[in-house]
Amino acid sequence: MQVKEFKIKWGMVIDIDKCTGCGACMVGCQVENNIAPMTKKDPYNYVQALTWDRDDAANKLKVLTWLTVYELSNGAAFPNHETAYLPRPCMQCGNPACVPVCPVVATEKNEEGGIVSQIYPRCIGCRYCMAACPYHARYFNWWDPIWPEGMDKGLSPSVSVRPRGVVEKCNFCHSRYLDAKNKARQDGGDPMNLPDGAYNTACADICPTKAITFGDLNNPEHKVHELAKSKNAFRLLEKLGLAPQVYYMSEREWVRKQGDNYNADGGDHGAPSNSHG
Amino acid sequence: MDSKLFPEGTQRCSFGQYLIWMAALTGIFLWGLYAAVLVLYNGIGTTGLDNYFGFGAWITFDLAVIALGAGAFFTGLLKYILKIKQLEKIINLTVVVGFCCYAGAMLVLVLDVGQPTRAWFGYWHPNVHSMLTEVIFCITCYLTVLIIEFVPLILEQKQLNKIPFIHALAHNMHINMALFAGIGAFLSTFHQGSLGGMYGVLIGRPFAFREGFFIWPWTFFLFVLSAVGSGPVFTVLIATLMEKITGKKLVDFKTKALMGKIAGSMLCVYMFFKILDTWAWANGYLPSVGLTFDDMFYGFIYGKWLMWTEIVLCGVVPAIMLVTPSIRNRPGLLYTAAILDCIGVSLNRYIFTVQTIAFPAMPFDSWQKYYPNWVEYATSIMIIAFGFIVLSLAYRYLPLFPQERKLNYQSGE
Repeated sequence: MQVKEFKIKWGMVIDIDKCTGCGACMVGCQVENNIAPMTKKDPYNYVQALTWDRDDAANKLKVLTWLTVYELSNGAAFPNHETAYLPRPCMQCGNPACVPVCPVVATEKNEEGGIVSQIYPRCIGCRYCMAACPYHARYFNWWDPIWPEGMDKGLSPSVSVRPRGVVEKCNFCHSRYLDAKNKARQDGGDPMNLPDGAYNTACADICPTKAITFGDLNNPEHKVHELAKSKNAFRLLEKLGLAPQVYYMSEREWVRKQGDNYNADGGDHGAPSNSHG
Repeated sequence: MDSKLFPEGTQRCSFGQYLIWMAALTGIFLWGLYAAVLVLYNGIGTTGLDNYFGFGAWITFDLAVIALGAGAFFTGLLKYILKIKQLEKIINLTVVVGFCCYAGAMLVLVLDVGQPTRAWFGYWHPNVHSMLTEVIFCITCYLTVLIIEFVPLILEQKQLNKIPFIHALAHNMHINMALFAGIGAFLSTFHQGSLGGMYGVLIGRPFAFREGFFIWPWTFFLFVLSAVGSGPVFTVLIATLMEKITGKKLVDFKTKALMGKIAGSMLCVYMFFKILDTWAWANGYLPSVGLTFDDMFYGFIYGKWLMWTEIVLCGVVPAIMLVTPSIRNRPGLLYTAAILDCIGVSLNRYIFTVQTIAFPAMPFDSWQKYYPNWVEYATSIMIIAFGFIVLSLAYRYLPLFPQERKLNYQSGE
């Protein structure tokens, strides 16, 4: 297994102890990235109108949520019961499970910054990448995307919408990355050395408790560089060796332990050497 | 009415009776077609699939029919390359069954892929590292080979064959069939293997991930072995079912028993490696990623009983039955073993497809259940109806069984 390295490595550190589970990050993501809400009716499809309704957002297994918040429990009974919330974007793995399996190169980890791309016009919708991703970070457009009347006015012109039948996922608000690089060029800065905060994701921007910190993991001037090295930092399923670029941190041991499986004794299976930063 | 079209020296049921039979099959096919139209027009949301189960009944069905269709390439290999003459009595049927299985799998894939009009991207933008690219290459090429193998059988139709050119063409195609059998064996081996490889390479899915040899995970080889260990007896079962429906003897039992012996030998090899692989996975790989064998199972629908049924009842048991001459040579027991064998390989494909993705890799996540809905059943049944229609046509009008005349209308032997 090989971890793909870049000069710039965009990553996140999510402080689970600060997360209240409010879900603002999910909403911010939804709006920023033109993620289609699910509607029961499709007024443009007459066959649909004659048959069954579509799934609405109540079906959490069919809804599109690039970023989703999981509820963690320590499993103890009251009064020792504790919960925690874990927002899960795409991990932008250094050794992604999804990229090598795509038959048509519709997803790649090739661009400086290490963001795993998703090329919608090339995706054939086979969903092999979804079967490959253990984080469930990939979503399929089960139905035609429809924005209820009025909501379409709020669509972002910077982000392409996706048709039915393709897979989509979090790309660290890639259009914001392009904007930040363009701005740096205009201002005479170096687009390959953006200052901390010049490029930020919508979820990190909107988080009311500042639980999400975003930046270049390789750049010592970025906060995430230090945070990712904190003794409380961990990544999800490190033993599988996917080397995510998203880190979590918590002072609570039970939360940290839920980041991986410890049911059996054993060594590290292909764990990457650069487990921190 | 159509008796002039029947194979030389054979009798068939009346045209009216045949029409009723075909109408029933067409009815079932049309029901599935309705579901297929819903999928293509409204979207795959119509099915029971979801973001946790991107693969489900369709992929299981595909993998199972392709494994069971392996009788075509393996029997072809043994007949044309290794020259086992006895197999010529069933070879035509293996080709037709193989064609039905592969064409059916392709039809299901048209529904399963979110953007079927982009299917050619597999050739245009191939990712050579993806097992699925290999699957796309092999499945399309092998279906072409199967069509080439099927064509001479159609050309040998009594009336068609009277045309000198067609007669000569069929004859020449037959002479060169060893070449296509060879190509078919190569393509189908890789295809069966890459289907297994698809799961074995999933580094994020501990249920399926396997180490392997060079670029091929162990599942690559296991899928090839399990396919050749079940495909031949599936053809035997189809032949027997056709005998029951038509009330005629179509293939002599000696040939069926030989197919059973071939499948049984391969099944024994497969079970040996499958048990070894399962043991190594449970004791070597799983602990290395912090998991145990018990973690891989949940409740009833993802229970261990599935795996034991697959490996013991539908694996070891039929393997022993098929390699033991005294058991294999008794029709009832041969068919029982064949049925168990086919269930076993289908169960294996189901477990690798559904349980692999049902297992929650993240400790805080939970097992999700997947139930295919009527759309997935209807479209799969449509494929089975398609297979029946093709076989019904082939049986009525093509010289499918070289032994039919001797076994039914002539005394002796």
